[in-house]
Amino acid sequence: MRVLLIVGLVAAAVLGVSFWASQQSGGQGDEIIVYSARQEHLIKPLFDRFTEETGMRVRYVTDDAGPLLQRLRAEGANTRADMLMTVDAGNLWQAAEQDVLASIESDTLERNVPANLRDPDGRWFGLSVRARTIVYSTERVDPEDLSTYEALADDQWDGRLCLRTSKKVYNQSLVATMIARHGEELTEEIVSGWVDNLATQPFSNDTAVMEAIVAGQCDVGIVNTYYFGRLQERDGDETPLALFWPNQDAEGVHVNVSGAGITRHASNPEAALQLLEWLSEQEAQEMFGALNMEYPVRPETEWTERVRGWGEFQGDDIDVSEAGRRQVDAVMLMDRVGYR
Amino acid sequence: MATPEADIRWMSPTAGSTRGGGTGGWRWLAVAIAAIILAPILITLLSWLQPDQAIWEHLSQTVLTRLIGNTVFLIVGVAALVLLLGVSLAWLTAVCEFPGRRVFDWALMLPLAVPAYVLAFTFIGILDYSGPVQGSLRDWFGSSDWFPPIRSPGGVVLVMGLVLYPYVYMLARTAFMAQGPTLMEAARIAGMGPWRAFFRVALPMARPAIAAGTALALMEALADFGAVAVFNYDTFTTAIYKAWYGFFSIEVAAQLASLLLLFVAVALFTERYTRGRARFFQVAGSGHRIVLRGTRAWLATGFAGGVLAVAFLIPLFQLVWWVIWHSIGDLDARYLNLLLRTVGLGLMAAFITVSVALVLAYAKRIQPDWLTRRAVAASTLGYALPGSVLAVAVMLVFTWLDNAMVSLFGLGGGGWLAGSLVALLLAYSIRFMAVAFSSVDAAVEQIRPSIPEAARCLGAGQGRLLREVYLPMLRPGLFAGALLVCVDVMKEMPATLLMRPFGWDTLAVRIFELTSEGEWERAALPAVTLVLVGLLPVIFLVRRSAQQPRRSSRGTVQATAGRDLRLGGA
Repeated sequence: MRVLLIVGLVAAAVLGVSFWASQQSGGQGDEIIVYSARQEHLIKPLFDRFTEETGMRVRYVTDDAGPLLQRLRAEGANTRADMLMTVDAGNLWQAAEQDVLASIESDTLERNVPANLRDPDGRWFGLSVRARTIVYSTERVDPEDLSTYEALADDQWDGRLCLRTSKKVYNQSLVATMIARHGEELTEEIVSGWVDNLATQPFSNDTAVMEAIVAGQCDVGIVNTYYFGRLQERDGDETPLALFWPNQDAEGVHVNVSGAGITRHASNPEAALQLLEWLSEQEAQEMFGALNMEYPVRPETEWTERVRGWGEFQGDDIDVSEAGRRQVDAVMLMDRVGYR
Repeated sequence: MATPEADIRWMSPTAGSTRGGGTGGWRWLAVAIAAIILAPILITLLSWLQPDQAIWEHLSQTVLTRLIGNTVFLIVGVAALVLLLGVSLAWLTAVCEFPGRRVFDWALMLPLAVPAYVLAFTFIGILDYSGPVQGSLRDWFGSSDWFPPIRSPGGVVLVMGLVLYPYVYMLARTAFMAQGPTLMEAARIAGMGPWRAFFRVALPMARPAIAAGTALALMEALADFGAVAVFNYDTFTTAIYKAWYGFFSIEVAAQLASLLLLFVAVALFTERYTRGRARFFQVAGSGHRIVLRGTRAWLATGFAGGVLAVAFLIPLFQLVWWVIWHSIGDLDARYLNLLLRTVGLGLMAAFITVSVALVLAYAKRIQPDWLTRRAVAASTLGYALPGSVLAVAVMLVFTWLDNAMVSLFGLGGGGWLAGSLVALLLAYSIRFMAVAFSSVDAAVEQIRPSIPEAARCLGAGQGRLLREVYLPMLRPGLFAGALLVCVDVMKEMPATLLMRPFGWDTLAVRIFELTSEGEWERAALPAVTLVLVGLLPVIFLVRRSAQQPRRSSRGTVQATAGRDLRLGGA
């Protein structure tokens, strides 16, 4: 019984402290609160640097975009969040659609972020660009045979293709922009062709797709470039894999963004705007690239060495919010053709 | 060993209850608890006010049939596997003697410390086409195509079965130990062979415990999202997330979740109904273990050792391997913080949940009327809700309260309750009430009604009865429940993610952040830490339950019973 009593007392003490702490932290002028679907190890160094330079503290909580969005909606006008940060234009578009983000005008942001990588109404801004491209085995694939995403539906790739699950928003956005380009009917044919060509069940992440290609289970796949970079760093540059930039004669490589917006009911909107602008400037943009081998959204910022090594490419300049607008259609389409 | 009472007594549930004045309060307390727990669950039901026909049509035309088929396969498979492993291992360690039995006794509980999502990515890491096993096979034989694919329905069932069998093992083992070999001896004297005695006597008598363990395992399997996501195996839970993340319809997600709940409620009711009104009250017997010899002994050792290796040792080895080669560099001072937060949340949630479970079990015991029993049953439903759905529901309740507080009293800066520890702890309690309750209730049920009756005859009031008669006898059960909840809370992911206060990151949160990016090797570090921390309560648990028959059933219970009987007779 004494054990239970002690545990109870400890619990009560911790509870009291946490209440006290939650009271302390409310509504301080120089603190910015961020809900982030970008993981801690990718954002903390940025926020630390920002705090060093400005003295403003940034606090954050990480989760998937869906729950964070739901939390913002539920908290409504009483939310403590000043900024929502998430990956994928689909999620950003949805946040804007659900009216949790404020429209902002900022010359800095409009100068640093190209128009197709931000919301036309200024509710969110892309902060880094991620290219979703084709990866192939240098041992078994002649890059001459590769051309477009669409061509991966051809018979020559039968039993040679590996894909990540359709539940990942990256694939939903890819298919959504294909719908925007080709219409539903043609896209359904293409995605159905992918499914027929699969060497094995879809994987739960991009890294597993590349490992399967290295192991010889399949020959080509579709991945985000920074996963390829991580694999190179982990396994060495001699890994028999290479990136291929598809659709160069047409619209270009599918690109997506990670980005952020200021919440409609932010209690500290000026500071949040300052952070958002800072994130779009040279120093932070370099860090984005260095931290996760993504492409800076700011055209003037140089790519890191490893990223430069993958070569230049023409990216799709379609308005990335198309990905959000057609996401539901894309998910339904992938369900119909049995792409799990 | 036989006491004046028979070793087994059959009682109707009402016969043993103490009716009379002063017990009404417990009923209403139970109803109040049920109301708090049901509030978020009811919120999921409210979603039916906003039906979304287009999404429903789409789901039913495309994926729903397969999802239900997959879910049924998962449930049946996991049930079969946990029963097979749990019951057979429990029987071996509780009743038989074979080489290594003393170690397996507690070691077979260790997989409980491994979260399903961790075992899932470890198994895929080892056994998938690009993993070391198939790689070596290809080096030796040129092909590994004949190797059964791990990312398959069978693989999911295997992983879930291996992490969930300890629930059955633990409860069945306690039941078998409580029976003691005397019962088997009696059956054997009555002319039954060993197998027949097992199936006709030991197994039916342990059925409530086995059923409770299986129910826990299946509810966890139904609500799981982490492991099935790693396998990309589509279940009903997947549909819930698809509706939410893919179609951004929290309403359809909640509707699907409420269907899942309905299914669980029906299943639990059926089990209770078929179990009927039989109640067993047991007094532990002492006697000799069945000593296995020769081949049989080594088969037993091999079986127990095999399960332990596959479910625990090999995955742990793989995780440690990953840590050493890939993620040891991530280890810094912040890990201490993560660790303290994880343990702190586990302990606090365990204390609260078990306290509430005790109130429920006690109310059900002393006042088993229709209302109380329904209230108690409803209080345990949260375990079957996928963590994320439950978390959102609890969050909605709290943000509603927050907003009401702001608008009514001008209090708080918003998010004061919803982002607080209280909300998180409540979410844990709702989610894991079933875990705590099954332990506590089993302990309460094992107390023969004659004991409290005797105390009451002697004039003990309700409070004194609980304090001086029930609590001392229940201590092992309460402790076991608390440890189970503690382990579960430490492994819990979705509710922690959504509701944790700022800065309250736990090991599970870190695992999520890394696995969601496919960085399994780096996730190995928090995963290993979580498994090792989880081992502490598990080891406590097994040490306790190993002592239980001697200390509580035979020692405390017998002594108490003896005293009560003597006093009652005087």
